[in-house]
This record gives sequence, C-alpha cells and structure tokens, in this order.
Amino acid sequence: MRLDLQLIQAWIRENSRVLDLGCGDGNLLSQLRNSKQVNGLGIEIDSGFILDCIKANISVVEQDLNKGLANFQTNSFDMVVMTHALQTLSQPHRVIDEMLRVGKECIVTFPNFGHWRCRWHLSQRGRMPVSEFMPYHWYDTPNIHFCTVDDFEALCRDKGIHVLDRRMVAANNTESQLAKNWPNLFAMTAVYHISK
Amino acid sequence: MSGQSVGIVKPKTQHFNQPIELSSGRVLPEYQLVYETYGTLNDDKSNAVLICHALSGHHHAAGYHQQTDKKPGWWDHYIGPGKAIDTDVFQVISLNNIGGCDGSTGPTSINPQTGKPWGADFPKLRCRDWVDTQRELMKLLGIKQWAAVIGGSLGGMQAMRWSLMYPDEVRHCVVIASALKLTAQNIAFNEVARQAIISDKNFHHGQYLQHNTIPRNGLRLARMIGHLTYLSEDGMGEKFGRSLKEGDFKLGSDNEIQFQIESYLHYQGDIFSESFDANTYILMTKALDYFDLAREYGDDPVAAFSHSRCHYYVVSFSTDWRFPPARSREIVDALIAAKRPVSYTEIEANFGHDAFLLPNARYEQAFHAYMQGVAREHI
Repeated sequence: MRLDLQLIQAWIRENSRVLDLGCGDGNLLSQLRNSKQVNGLGIEIDSGFILDCIKANISVVEQDLNKGLANFQTNSFDMVVMTHALQTLSQPHRVIDEMLRVGKECIVTFPNFGHWRCRWHLSQRGRMPVSEFMPYHWYDTPNIHFCTVDDFEALCRDKGIHVLDRRMVAANNTESQLAKNWPNLFAMTAVYHISK
Repeated sequence: MSGQSVGIVKPKTQHFNQPIELSSGRVLPEYQLVYETYGTLNDDKSNAVLICHALSGHHHAAGYHQQTDKKPGWWDHYIGPGKAIDTDVFQVISLNNIGGCDGSTGPTSINPQTGKPWGADFPKLRCRDWVDTQRELMKLLGIKQWAAVIGGSLGGMQAMRWSLMYPDEVRHCVVIASALKLTAQNIAFNEVARQAIISDKNFHHGQYLQHNTIPRNGLRLARMIGHLTYLSEDGMGEKFGRSLKEGDFKLGSDNEIQFQIESYLHYQGDIFSESFDANTYILMTKALDYFDLAREYGDDPVAAFSHSRCHYYVVSFSTDWRFPPARSREIVDALIAAKRPVSYTEIEANFGHDAFLLPNARYEQAFHAYMQGVAREHI
C-alpha cells in the first residue's frame, strides 16, 4: 500500500464514519473496512473507478467535488479524507473549508511541488517538471493547483486551521531523514491531519 | 455485456382468499396476482429478487410467452442469464400489481359484490398496498427476505417503501430513475393525461365496460403526453429529427405531411389504447402523485431512511427530466445523512426517463457489478 495511505490509518478510529473524497478504486476504504471496521463512503467522478468501487463492495457516490459538498450535513462524518486530489480542484481552499464543515477531523495529502527535483527541473531546464510521479504535460494535466508544503502551511495559518499532525513521505531513506528538517525540499508527499 | 434470454416463460396466477385492508381503509375481500419467475430459488430461499413495475408495467419482465412473440418482456435487457439481474444466480419474481390490467385484480375484474366490473369503484391504492400484496405472495412462496427489491420510476418508490415498511425483509434496495415524491410539474403532466381520459365521451364516469366501450381517444392522448415526457429533446432529435413519414415540402404541392415523430406517437398511442385500461391508468398515476416517502416521518427523508436496514443502489440518467438526477440525489443525500450504505451512479444516456429500460453499456456494467456484490455477500 502507498505509504501515505498507511500513515493515514493510524489517525482513523475503529468503527468511525469516514468520507473519502476522490476515493479512486476504493483501495483506502477497503483497507479501512478490514483494519478499522469503518462505515465508509467514497466520492468519485471517474466512471471506471466507480465501477471498481462497486465491484469491491465499497459504497461510492458519483459526485463532482468542484461543485462543493453542500449536500453533506455539518459534522456528519468523523473523518473526511482527501488523498492526492487537492491539486486537481478548481477551488481547493473552498473544498478544504467544506471538508472541515462536514468532518469533525480531516486528512489531506498532496504532492509537494517544492520538492528539490521540481525546483531543479524548473531552474535548470526552464520547463514544467514531468516525471514518473507527475507524468503529465502542463496542458493536459489534471493537476491545476500545485502547492508546496510551505504554501499549505500558510493556508492553514491564514484560515486558522489546526494542524493536529503532519507526516512527510520521501523518495528514499536519506531524503526521509532530510525531510524531517526540510520538508519543503525533501517531501514527495505531504500528509496532514487537520481540524477546525 | 450481452447475456442470454430466459427463454419461454409462463405466467402463474395466485388467488388470495384472505381479505386485505388497504391504505384507504377499504377492504379487498379477495384478489389474485399474476406473476412470473425466472431462475431457481436456492435451498435456503435467500436468492430471491423482487421486481416492482412502473406505471404501465406488468409481470412479464423478461423472456417470451411464445416463440412467435415479436418482443420480449419489458426489462429483458437487464434480466436473464449473465445479465445485470443474473438469473443464473438469483430467482427473479415479477408480478402485476393489484389495480393493474394484465391479470391481477384491478378495475377490469368483477366486483364480487355487484357481479359487474369494478371500473371506477375499484379502491384507491397507495404504494404501500402494492408492498403489502407483494408480501403476501412472498410469504406464499416461502421467502423470508429478499436479496434485493428492485424498481425503476414508480417501481423505485415501491422498493424504497419496502425498505421502510419491512426493513428486516430487504437486504438490498435498487432505486432507478425514481424520486422521494413527485414535483408539481410531474403531477401536472399526470393530471393532463387523466383529463384526456376523463373528458373522452366514452369514459362514462369510469364505467365504460358496462357500456361495452373504452375511452380509446383519451387513452391514446394520455399515452402520447406521457411518452413525449419520457423521452429527451436530444433523444427525440436523434431518433426522429424532422424526417417525414409522408408528403414533402415542394412548393406548389398541397400534399398531406406527417413527421416521423407524429407517426411514432400515434403508433404508441394506438397500441396503448388497445391494451391498457383507463381506470388502471388513472389509479396508477394517482398512486404516483400521492407517494411521499417521508410524509409519515415528519416530512424528513433522513428520519424515514433511518428506519431502514438494507444497502441501497441509486441510479439516474442524465437526460431524464421527469425523474431527473437531482431527484435521485435527494434520495442519496438523505441516505448519507441517515448513515445508510448507498452507492449512486449518474448514467450518461440520451433517452430520457426511458433510458432505464434501454441498453446502455455503463448502466449494465455498474448494475451487474452491484448485483454480483449482492450475490457474493449473502447467497
């Protein structure tokens, strides 16, 4: 399992009600169902992923996150999770507001655009980074709102969001050590546990 | 996904001698239900699936009655070996509801107290009356719990009502192109259709059978109105466009002109007026209008669904404007708020409300996947 998904598990309580925004093929909810007996619900827009969820007996609702979460009641979920979807949203800050309204706690993970490889790529080549991790060109990428760890921290400060915990996932052990002191340079993926 | 046909099927008729009290307070002293089954009931009778039909539906949902039948049952695309509702896995039970006109007791049946057809005197019905009579059949077949109750449109309303009235007897509820209640616009369409029937001079206050006639023109109009609302503008455009059935627009010619869409509506109206009972149409559309899932739960659908214990699968179609995706979303949102397990798919489809009956690759795949899950879990 992806390391960021493993980290998330530690923050989720048994038998809790979990909403997974952009749940993909339902992998995380499936794991959580087995390990924590959660009452989970996934939101997804991709019809192929939705079919995967149905095949895996994961409750999934077809919905476009860009249209908001107005249909969800306040504090109706113990945990609202969004993994690797923040950068694809048209108004990420609004969705985070909504997540914090709907969930008592939230987990957000995103790729860190401040990683040294991204900086190197841009500064040396003068081109938008394309890598195995971010395989798209600037014109066809679904990732329209990249941010860095520091950007996300600033957003949390501006909005008065409590950061309950943060974990950084790095490319290898060496960078993992470095990411403890310099997350903005060495984290590949940032994992945030936040609340209102 | 193709799947096979269930082949030749034979309807069965079950008579019930026990009187049943209806939601109106009136009592039906005896009644009969005509139904079909497809597939085999397993030893512990845990694989039974109930199909609830819509406004003009009936028990003949799949297969053929005879080799020479031109068309199979109304939901044949979705019921059969290897199909979404897989008869290799489930036993499907499909009946004609009371009040219907395809063999179950309804307005064309003889009222035992008068010896004449019930006609307009047949008791008014609500969805719950259908649920209760379906349940009598269920008991008779020895089924304790449905693996799934499935319905589209008015059938979806019955499926939802089942899940609230008898929560322990439904494991899965599949609600397709349906709604918690009709909108004013929707009731309005039904009322125009009813008025078309009632204002036919052959209607005779609903006792047309005693006058040896039927309100053919009224039924024809009612069906034409209904039919055009079941299709979408794009779907109609795609299927018929402005093509002509008869005549042309040459200058200087004064011929009769008929568009294909006109001819199609006439054809649909003609078939329907010969085969469907006017009182049944009125009775069914009224049951549709009166349905309001949450009425007895303080008008709160969340409170209503908190009584249920089953899993739900809700489906809507992009161009359905009689039961649009927004209506299905209301069902889904209430289920989520009630913490009930629910999956929802919004299917791109060009054919409006009728899309729930028609082939559609994504709908078939998702529906099939959901039903396979039902089978894996419990059977």
